[in-house]
Amino acid sequence: MFALSPTSTVDVNALLPAIVMLPVAALLLAFLLGGRRTQGTALLVTPFGIALAVALACAVWRSDRALVYVLGGWAPPLGVALRADGLSAVMLVTTALIIPATGFYALDLFRQPRQTPEARAPFVFWTLLLAVWAALNGVFLGWDLFNLYVALEMLTFAAVPLVCLDGRAATLVAALRYLLFALIGSALYLLGATLLYGAYGALDIGLLSERIRPEPAAWVALAAMTAGLLAKTALFPLHLWLPPAHAGAPPPASAILSALVVKGSFFLVLRLWLNLAPPQMAASAVQLLAAMGAAAILVGSVLALRQKRLKLLIAYSTVAQIGYLFLALPLAVGARPWFAAAWVGLALQAVSHAFAKGAMFLSAGLIAEALGHDRIAEFRGLGRIAAPAVLAFGLGGLSLMGLPPSGGFTAKWLLLTAAIDSGQWLWALVMVAGGLLAAGYVYRVIAPALAPADGLTPIKTPSRRRTALALALAIVAVMLGLAPPQFGTFLRIGAPDAQKALLK
Amino acid sequence: MSVGMLAGLGGAALIGLGLYGLLTHPHLLRKIIGFNVMGSGVFLLFGAIARRGAAAGLGADPVPQALVITGVVVAFSATALAVSLLLRVVRETGGPFFPDDDGAA
Repeated sequence: MFALSPTSTVDVNALLPAIVMLPVAALLLAFLLGGRRTQGTALLVTPFGIALAVALACAVWRSDRALVYVLGGWAPPLGVALRADGLSAVMLVTTALIIPATGFYALDLFRQPRQTPEARAPFVFWTLLLAVWAALNGVFLGWDLFNLYVALEMLTFAAVPLVCLDGRAATLVAALRYLLFALIGSALYLLGATLLYGAYGALDIGLLSERIRPEPAAWVALAAMTAGLLAKTALFPLHLWLPPAHAGAPPPASAILSALVVKGSFFLVLRLWLNLAPPQMAASAVQLLAAMGAAAILVGSVLALRQKRLKLLIAYSTVAQIGYLFLALPLAVGARPWFAAAWVGLALQAVSHAFAKGAMFLSAGLIAEALGHDRIAEFRGLGRIAAPAVLAFGLGGLSLMGLPPSGGFTAKWLLLTAAIDSGQWLWALVMVAGGLLAAGYVYRVIAPALAPADGLTPIKTPSRRRTALALALAIVAVMLGLAPPQFGTFLRIGAPDAQKALLK
Repeated sequence: MSVGMLAGLGGAALIGLGLYGLLTHPHLLRKIIGFNVMGSGVFLLFGAIARRGAAAGLGADPVPQALVITGVVVAFSATALAVSLLLRVVRETGGPFFPDDDGAA
């Protein structure tokens, strides 16, 4: 389908704009066709989206270098480039798998009712699903700071309304709180990009990384941008908006928000400190980020342990799991022997958390459907009436705890090895403590669910398709633990040179 | 003090004022206005940078100008979204405040 041979006339680099444009085109088409056909339009493009993402990953693998597409033929600094390296390809494929899974899960939940006027929630959900996808693709492929700002804003504007689809007062407040945090974040990000342009006359990450020097202007700019991105990623102590927003949204929306949307701004933090900043700057900044990450793991896990409602528990667990991503930064920055393990661990943590968290929020939706509520205290006997949902939750939890053979296990094992090899014992201890706390909060749900109880009858049996989708995501999260070493080789593609040498 | 310098300092002051307002005011409309003040500061700063980068016979560096226009559109959309959400919040909760406001946002 996609000509990948060097003799062909089709340029594989054209895959980059195609991946960004596909959901945008579908989004525009959805507006054109009207509410009744939105669902069909959104679901129709998903196989093409998966095909494009996989084709891009294959193209990156085959060419063994980052693919670059220069928009309109204008080279930076005047033009804008899109760039796909190993890491962005991995994130694109993850997104392309999770968005359709949640979309097919939401098939009945957001169906336009027949014989009644067009309902707003389904139309909004399907268009926003496409918008989130488009924005994430833009974030993962962007190589220009201002272009990334626009993609980031699009991600925010698509994610915020997903929170308040049901229009309840509590979710509206959660959405507005999320929006305000995100707006502070985007203003600070833009401020940083402005300062960098003023100091170095470029917005292209590649050009900036050549020109940037460790001096006050660069420090202020990167600090502002990072602070802004942290507010959007909800790293402790800027996590206050996340639990009500993620827990209040409808289950498929929660799954997308927790699995993918927070990774968008985290990906940019990686771009800033791994691709843009000079290594000596990065080396000192990441220690602070790692300390915040460690605090996020401990505080987030303890708060998750104390929640009474399942969805809030899963949301606080996201706060904790984001901490791992930042804790991995000091291990994955700079060219040192332990870098390879930490780099793969970091990427694997991001991907396996996405699948595990998606599975957990989807199964929380199934549980809420079966019971009519999600109060953990009343879960006795749940295992009998909604066994597959509990299984999906448990498998996702397995990955969060870091039990073998899950993706979370391999990720945390690699990070732990890197922490010990580099003598950063404190981070290793925090990781172990986080795993134990995760085991605690997953156990708190599983134990009553498996306890026998009489007289518990399901209000409604969730459809088999939805259960299968939640289970599929959970199984992928577990299977990721068996990722072959080629996964690391793949991630090396397009990484900064100093780090690349060590990854070979 | 040059005009560019003055604009730059003005921009920095606006960013500080806006951020302060956004963080401290409990009234949600004031928070949204704070965001706009902050955004204007960033745009002004960008304008000052454009002026400084003037070369090759142009009055100003065109790249920041193009970006500021895009930024204004984005900020406008953000404000529209925030205000419409705020209107719904006021209708549902009866006031332009976060119900359990602890000054966090």
